[in-house]
Amino acid sequence: MVRGILGKKIGMTSIFDENGESVPCTIIEAGPCFVTQIKTKEKDGYDAVQLGFEEHRERLVNKPLKGHFAKAHVKAVRWLSEFREVGENGLKLGSEVKVDIFSQGEVVDVIGKSKGRGFQGVVKRHHFSGVGMTTHGASDRVRAPGSIGSSSYPSRVFKGMRMGGRMGFEKTTVKNLKVVKVIPESNVLIVKGSVPGAINGYLEIVRHN
Amino acid sequence: MDKLKLVEAMQLKKDIPEFKPGDIVNVHVKVKEGDKERIQEFQGIVIARRGSGMNATFTVRKISDGVGVERIFPLHSPRIAKIERVKEGKSRRAKLYYVRELATKAVAQKTTA
Repeated sequence: MVRGILGKKIGMTSIFDENGESVPCTIIEAGPCFVTQIKTKEKDGYDAVQLGFEEHRERLVNKPLKGHFAKAHVKAVRWLSEFREVGENGLKLGSEVKVDIFSQGEVVDVIGKSKGRGFQGVVKRHHFSGVGMTTHGASDRVRAPGSIGSSSYPSRVFKGMRMGGRMGFEKTTVKNLKVVKVIPESNVLIVKGSVPGAINGYLEIVRHN
Repeated sequence: MDKLKLVEAMQLKKDIPEFKPGDIVNVHVKVKEGDKERIQEFQGIVIARRGSGMNATFTVRKISDGVGVERIFPLHSPRIAKIERVKEGKSRRAKLYYVRELATKAVAQKTTA
């Protein structure tokens, strides 16, 4: 059994559990995925299974990838990702992986790319508190970073100094999400809580260990 | 968004009677005490309905021992056994928050059809 599956965020809603409590949930379209490559220790230096998700138009796929798919006898897919696999898992090139690898009550980790925030200042990006008050002629310093170092020594700004810049669209993992429901017929996986990224964003869903 | 609707559709109730702000409703709520379950009734005036799909809720207000009590129910909650429309009301607006400031008698006058 493969450890994880690839999916797409559909959106959030709430579901009533058996006690009638409202549970906030994220709906994920997970799979069907196809095994596009099996990596082995001898050949590649490590064991892994490469999965592909979501059909892609053939004419948009470049030649190297076309060959890669032809090798596995699968249709062109949009997204490829690897899962480290140890030992026998019974998977072959081209075999299908569906949501039914998960069951209700299981705990999963979800990996995705967080929403991009664009260029943000230090208050939002690094939780700085700003410089001070709006009085005494300092009204333009409210969201300023303050000092970024000393003068004659070291006469430079240290590397890694936290400043404004591009924020978001980073790989983000949310751990320990409970699987609320699995609907294999429509490839739907419902987990409790929120997952990284925007709607239609790609996700990796991995069994928590 | 189709799959979102599909998931919601599995939970939506289909037997919800028509009712609107201003109506007097009797809500039968399932209450769990230990391992026993019984029905508790909550009767009052509907002062608001909001949301759509799974997230729809409605607010019921009643006067209990001279104290105003409001409860917000999720419309599709499985804890609601039944919603009964006791009396149809009349209202010119969607949210009747102003009835909080009115005397009981005035509320009745304002919302009688």
